[in-house]
Amino acid sequence: MAVELPFEKPLVELRLKIEELKRFTEEKGIDMSEEVATLEAKVKALAEAIYRDLTPWQKVQIARHPERPTTLDYIRGLCDDFIELHGDRSFRDDAAIVGGIGRMEGIPLTLIGTQKGRDTKENIFRNFGMAHPEGYRKALRLMKQAEKFGRPIVTFIDTAGAYPGAAAEERGQGEAIARNLIEMAALTVPIVCVVTGEGGSGGALGLGVGDRLLMLEHAYYSVIAPESAAALLWKDASQGQRAADAMSITAQDLYRFGIVDEILEEPFGGAQRDPAQMIVTVKEAVLRALIELKAVSRYELPALRYEKYRKIGVFTESEAPLLAEGQERANASSNIVTR
Amino acid sequence: MEKCKQCGQILFAKELDKQVKTCPHCGYHFTLTAQERIQVTLDEGSFEEFDANLVSGDPLHFPDYSARVERSRQATGLADAVVTGAGTIGGFPVVVGVMDSRFIMGSMGSVVGEKLTRAIEQAIERSVPVIIFSVSGGARMQEGIFSLMQMAKISTALARLAQSRLLYISVLTHPTTGGVTASFAMQGDVNISEPGATIGFAGRRIIEQTIRQKLPDEFQTAEFVLEHGMIDQVVHRKDLRALLATLLSLHAKGGEWSGR
Repeated sequence: MAVELPFEKPLVELRLKIEELKRFTEEKGIDMSEEVATLEAKVKALAEAIYRDLTPWQKVQIARHPERPTTLDYIRGLCDDFIELHGDRSFRDDAAIVGGIGRMEGIPLTLIGTQKGRDTKENIFRNFGMAHPEGYRKALRLMKQAEKFGRPIVTFIDTAGAYPGAAAEERGQGEAIARNLIEMAALTVPIVCVVTGEGGSGGALGLGVGDRLLMLEHAYYSVIAPESAAALLWKDASQGQRAADAMSITAQDLYRFGIVDEILEEPFGGAQRDPAQMIVTVKEAVLRALIELKAVSRYELPALRYEKYRKIGVFTESEAPLLAEGQERANASSNIVTR
Repeated sequence: MEKCKQCGQILFAKELDKQVKTCPHCGYHFTLTAQERIQVTLDEGSFEEFDANLVSGDPLHFPDYSARVERSRQATGLADAVVTGAGTIGGFPVVVGVMDSRFIMGSMGSVVGEKLTRAIEQAIERSVPVIIFSVSGGARMQEGIFSLMQMAKISTALARLAQSRLLYISVLTHPTTGGVTASFAMQGDVNISEPGATIGFAGRRIIEQTIRQKLPDEFQTAEFVLEHGMIDQVVHRKDLRALLATLLSLHAKGGEWSGR
C-alpha cells in the first residue's frame, strides 16, 4: 500500500469512491460506469492541479517520502557491478553513508551517498541517513582513492543533515565536513553531485562540492531544515511550512539562483511513483555531465570548480567608503596592552 | 567598570584593558569586537582594510532581513560580520579576517564569504599567510542557500592558498559554531582557540533534544575539542599575539630549510 501524503488526501478519497462504485457495479449488477468515468476524469484533473503547483512545503514532504529511491537504488541502477567499500580506516564504518566502485556504460566510477532506510529497523541501522564524522571521512577516503586512479566521482545527497549527537561532536563533525569541503575543492577528477531528496545543510554540502550540481525536481536544499528555522525564528518547530515558503529551498529556486546546474524531471507525482523511470533520468543526466567534464583536463578541473563557487553570493559594493570611521577606529592607537 | 560574567568580580576598565579584556581573577575572556581584536593583534598602525564597502543583498526577500542588517549596521558601525585587511604582526606581513559577533551573531552570509575569499586571494597575490579569527553562530539563515554556499566558496579559496604553500592559522573564539566550524574555522594548518570558548557544530540544545540527555558543562568548550584532537592549542589571550608572531616567523618566506 502506497504511503500517501497529507495534501494527497482529496485524491485518495476520490479513488476510494471509485473503488466503491466499481464494487457496487459488480455486486449489484447496476451499471455505474458513467459515474466512474466522471470521477476518474475528476481525479486526473485534480492530480494535475495538485502536482503542477506544489508548494515548497509539499515538495519537502515528497522529498522525504519513504518510498523514494535511495542512494543504493540509484547506484545499483546506474552500474551493473557495484562493489561496496566500507570504513574510514580509523574509527568505524558509518552505515549512513555508502560508497564504492562500479562501472556505468563502461566508465569506472566512485559512487558515494547518504543512505536512508526503508523501514524502522533499516532506518535505525542507517541512522536515518544522518552521518557521523566517520561517514564523511569514509567518503573522503574513497574520493582520494578515486583521484589516485583517475575515476570520476558521483555523489548522491539525501539527508536531513549531519547527525547532531554528542558522539558526533566528540569525533569532530565540524572538522570532518570542513575537511571534505577543502579536499573536494582540490580533487583532480570530475565530481558530479545529485541532490535526490533532502539537501540538509552542512551534512549535504559535505558530499556536495563538485563540478556539476544536479537536483531532482521535488528535492530541496537548505541552509537549515525548515522546522529548525521555524524553531529559531518563531520559537515553533511546527511552523516548518511557513519557513519552507520563506527560504527558497526548491530545485527551481536554486536553478534560478544559478547554484543548481540542472533540474531532473521526476515522474508525475514524484520519484516514488516510478523509481525505475527516475533512475533512468538520473543515469542519463550523470552520463551527460561526465561526458562534458571529460573534455576538461585534470589540471583545469579545480580551477573551473573555483570559478563555479567564486561567483555565488549577493551583495552590493558602494563607491564611497561606508566605514571610513570604522577604519580609523581600527587604526587608532590602542589602549589595550599586549606587547 | 565592568562585572566579570563568570566570577562576578568588579573590574576597572583600565585593568581590563591591561589584561586584554580577560578577567585577572578567573581568566574569563570577554568578547572582543573586530576593531579591538585588530588593535590587540596587529602592529600599531599597520592595518589596511580591504573591501569596507560590501553590503549584503536580500536574495530571498526574507521577512525583516534588510531592516535587521540596517539595524546591525547602525548599532555596530560595521558593514557586516567580518573585517578584513592586511597588516603586520611582530613585523611579519599577514592578511587577517576578523569576525564580529555583534553583527547578527557573527553569522556568515554572502558578504562574509566574499570578503574572506577576496582576502585569501589578496594573500595569494602578496604571498603572505592568512589568519582568520572566527566568532560566529554559523551560516546566516536569512540568506538561505547563498550562506551555505559561502562555506564551499571560502573552502575553495583556502584550497588555493594551500596549493600556494601559504600558512593559514585559524583562531576560534567564543563562540564558533555551525557552518563556520564546518568550514574555514577547522581548516587551519594550525587551529588555535581561547580558553573556555564554545566550539562545536550542532547547537547544544539540539543535541540535548536528540539524545534526550543533559550535556556536561565542559561539552563543546575549547578544552574539550583540544582533548578530542580537533585543535592544536588553547592559548590565553595575553599570549596569543606572541604565539602568532612566532608561528609567522617559522613560516617566513625564504626560511624553508629543505628543498622545494
